[in-house]
Amino acid sequence: MKYILMMISNQVGVDTYRAWSPSDVQTHFAYLKVLNRELAESGELVQVQRLTPPEQAKVVRAGKDGEPVTDGIFPESKEFLLGYWLVDVESAGRAYEIAARLSGGPGPGGTRLCMPIEVRQFMTESAAADL
Amino acid sequence: MDPQAAPAVMAGTTRRGAELHDLLRELAPLVLGVVARRFGDFATAEDAVQEALIAADAQWPQQGIPRDPRAWLTQVALRRMTDYVRSEIARRRRESETALEAEWTVPAADAEPVGEEENETLTLFFMCCHPSLTTSSAIALALRALGGLTTTEIARAFLVPEATMAQRISRAKASIKSSGVPFRLPSNEDHAQRLRTVLHVLYLMFSEGYASGGGPRFQRPELSGEAIRLTRSLYALLPDYGEVAGLLALMLLTDARRAARSGPDDELIPLDKQDRSLWDRAEIAEGTTLLDRALSKGAVGPYQMQAAIAALHDTAARAEETDWAQILALYELLKRISDNPMVKLNHAIAAAMVLGPSKGLALLAALDEDPHLAGHYRLDAVRAHLLEMVGDCSAAITHFRAAAGKTASVPERDYLIAQAARLSAAT
Repeated sequence: MKYILMMISNQVGVDTYRAWSPSDVQTHFAYLKVLNRELAESGELVQVQRLTPPEQAKVVRAGKDGEPVTDGIFPESKEFLLGYWLVDVESAGRAYEIAARLSGGPGPGGTRLCMPIEVRQFMTESAAADL
Repeated sequence: MDPQAAPAVMAGTTRRGAELHDLLRELAPLVLGVVARRFGDFATAEDAVQEALIAADAQWPQQGIPRDPRAWLTQVALRRMTDYVRSEIARRRRESETALEAEWTVPAADAEPVGEEENETLTLFFMCCHPSLTTSSAIALALRALGGLTTTEIARAFLVPEATMAQRISRAKASIKSSGVPFRLPSNEDHAQRLRTVLHVLYLMFSEGYASGGGPRFQRPELSGEAIRLTRSLYALLPDYGEVAGLLALMLLTDARRAARSGPDDELIPLDKQDRSLWDRAEIAEGTTLLDRALSKGAVGPYQMQAAIAALHDTAARAEETDWAQILALYELLKRISDNPMVKLNHAIAAAMVLGPSKGLALLAALDEDPHLAGHYRLDAVRAHLLEMVGDCSAAITHFRAAAGKTASVPERDYLIAQAARLSAAT
């Protein structure tokens, strides 16, 4: 079963993070690196991707002529995707377990961040056999 | 030793290429059985055999197929194995002053006892479906070690990157190795339980691959076909085990309906609406023959019962002629020996067909408390069908939509949304 685990934040979260001490940042990324390696070694990790900061995000719509019309994402717009993990796991429970590990990474001073991780299952093309 | 190094070979495009591919896949488990037993090291032997297969795939098209292809592969795999062992001895010698050579003595490559090969292949089934593995790892390993598929092909079947699959397979082999299980058949007291695990893995491989479309849209190697092939070879090794025959019969009797199961746009067609002339008669005949032979031997298990139910569907010329009374009786029996939640659900459907939809709905009400079924889309879907049968269309629409929102399967979702739309249009 494949799942996408999405790490979501908002402008406040991003601003707070930018004020972290270098050693807190380092600790946090070391934690994620260990987790990523574990997931790769177990054969569960399909892909992991960090995204560029929200300042670079654009909302695109088609104009009347079908040409792209771009707009920035504005700070007041509530949530941003910071990055995502694609995992292929044995059960939903395992996906939640990984999400909790992502959520509970160390923040300033080593306290657990407990940030929200949105977990969504992939739709599949196969249909259950009517056995 | 690195399974990631396996290149994308053996994807034969020409007819000759395909024949060579099939030949190599037939031989893969036989060669692996010999090498693994001789060295007592399944994990390393598996790598050595993959390398031999890759060498054959590269050399045979130019040099021609050797007179005894199996001996050729065995020789190459044994040579690779000897290289591994030598470098392992060297490594250990570097690490410690105590040479562990005695432990790593290479057995003589001659004097092959005859008649061992069946036990060897059977042992491979038990190794690949080892209880310490997750089912998805067991399926992947079985496809490689028994099915002779490359890591690339298996990765494609599961729609994951090759590196992910390679890692999963080597992790699976590492856990088998660290569990310390010797390369031999399980003991008598473990045999029944271990065989159940093997059958369960094959069953899941079959259902995993039971894609609705099967058309060229998704170029997935056919997992259900692979499951049938492996179960067939297990049946050849254990012809007297009723449940092995039962599982093979169940797969054949289910697979027989494949062509009728989806329409031109890959949309799902339920059993009662299928064009039965599209059902595969040969598969039905083979499945029913297997089943009859197994049933005559007594000691009927859950796979045989499910196969018997599938056979009753398959032998009804029209949906209205389905012998639901007998299907209901079989589900009653099955419910007693199996705690599979889908059995309870199917039992309710059979009861609805025999005793009326209200009886079916009453049985479903009891399933709302079942922790495995509460919130499952199939419970909503079945309830929707039964509500439609009693004429409560608005409740049926609600449950079709609820089911559509809960399934992870695109074809199932589309089917359920279409049912809700059909009822909305009619009311």
